[in-house]
Amino acid sequence: MYNMSAPAVRFQKVGLVLGRQTIFRDLTLDLPAGKCSCLLGPSGCGKSTLLRLISGDPSYAYSGDLIIGTDPHQQHKVAWMSQNDLLLPWMTLQDNVLLGSKLRGEVTEERQALAAELIEKAGLKGCEQALPKQLSGGMRQRGALLRTLMEECSILLMDEPFSALDALTRVKLQNLSAEMIKGTTTVLVTHDPMEALRMGQVVLVLSKAPASVCSILELDGEPPRDPDDVEIHKHYGPLLHQLMQESVL
Amino acid sequence: MKLARFIILAFSSLLLWQVLVWSTGIPVYILPGPWVVYKAIISHWSPLIQHLGTTFMEIVLGLVFGIVLGSCSALAMTLLPGLRRWMLPMLVVSQAVPVFALAPILVLWLGYGMGSKVAMAVLIIYFPVTSSFFYGMQRTNPDLLELARVMEAKQLAVFRFIIIPAAMPAFASGVRVAAAVAPIGAIVGEWVGSSSGLGFYMLHANARMQVDVMFAALTLLAAVSLTLYFSIDFLLSKILYWESKQGYMI
Repeated sequence: MYNMSAPAVRFQKVGLVLGRQTIFRDLTLDLPAGKCSCLLGPSGCGKSTLLRLISGDPSYAYSGDLIIGTDPHQQHKVAWMSQNDLLLPWMTLQDNVLLGSKLRGEVTEERQALAAELIEKAGLKGCEQALPKQLSGGMRQRGALLRTLMEECSILLMDEPFSALDALTRVKLQNLSAEMIKGTTTVLVTHDPMEALRMGQVVLVLSKAPASVCSILELDGEPPRDPDDVEIHKHYGPLLHQLMQESVL
Repeated sequence: MKLARFIILAFSSLLLWQVLVWSTGIPVYILPGPWVVYKAIISHWSPLIQHLGTTFMEIVLGLVFGIVLGSCSALAMTLLPGLRRWMLPMLVVSQAVPVFALAPILVLWLGYGMGSKVAMAVLIIYFPVTSSFFYGMQRTNPDLLELARVMEAKQLAVFRFIIIPAAMPAFASGVRVAAAVAPIGAIVGEWVGSSSGLGFYMLHANARMQVDVMFAALTLLAAVSLTLYFSIDFLLSKILYWESKQGYMI
């Protein structure tokens, strides 16, 4: 399902100074419309800050241009998912999935039906009334993914969404997400080159702060890629080497 | 198991008390033993219960008004940053005045009846409830608020679904403190000037050197305070259903 309204995101000579630290200086990068772009780079290089800028966080005063889509007047719906599932501990899984609708005061039967459908797709049927503390880490993160997908956003920002999970759960969740986010402009920040190669249609490697783009990989085929995929084998080694060069240690 | 521990603890402290009285031969007008106190409770049952009723009402009304007033202030300060800047320093300064010192003034203003004691309890409770609830709301996880912002949430919905529930654990500890100190307010108020209540009855007994009756009143007061505290604790644990059981006290 290609999302016609999914916009491209373009950073043009963006500069950002936080306190005394220059996070970005003349950062220019392109994130293609309706595709999953994965950002890799050393810790503290500003990957998460980049996501916050796209989300329109008003607390960051940046210079330069951040262009989202072609029509500057069009509002794009953004959704956010992080490593912490951020499920509200006082709400059932179902209510957590419906959180966006609840916060906007628009819980309709249609929304509830969609939530039920997604919950079933994610294999969480039967857990609708469970509180987050009764669920495993993988189930909670699936809940967070569903809550994010319920937003029917055109831009999806993911900040190391699977890094707190065990290897097997992570692979399963990557598969589920890759299927569900197709056609959405997705920016996925990760530390794991394997994750970037499995999930990404574009993989960008950033340098340490002030960040710039070191390399761009465009991958063939549709995510989620099988771990045996040729693309993964071709790129995993060189990517890992490059990351090791960029990292401070 | 908990109940057994409680019974053993209560019983052994009573026993220790009785042994202390027997072995030292303290006269009954200084420290009466538990058995004497028990007899005093039985023989003065009807006036004790009557006065207990008054004190109990004062404590409960004080708690209700104090908690409602404190919660409203905390909500108002959170919703209106302008008000907060004026109220917060006032709150702190108000704590510089020892509340007990206000008791005679409150009795002067509100009379010998229940009003002055309820006001006293409210004054004591107000600060812990307001500050705990206020700071609880202030310390809502900023990531949750960021999530709500990205979801284009309505301000009131953010309060209802995120900020207030997030502040509930802090609010609960404020209410627990309130439940523990509310009886102090009521009793101090009664000491300063009243015509009924356990504090009044204790002063009365004191003047007649009826130490056993004083202890009887004290025992009933402790029983009421404990019952109140644990009922509130139970209620709070029901409200905070998502928190794991804290195993607080008993």
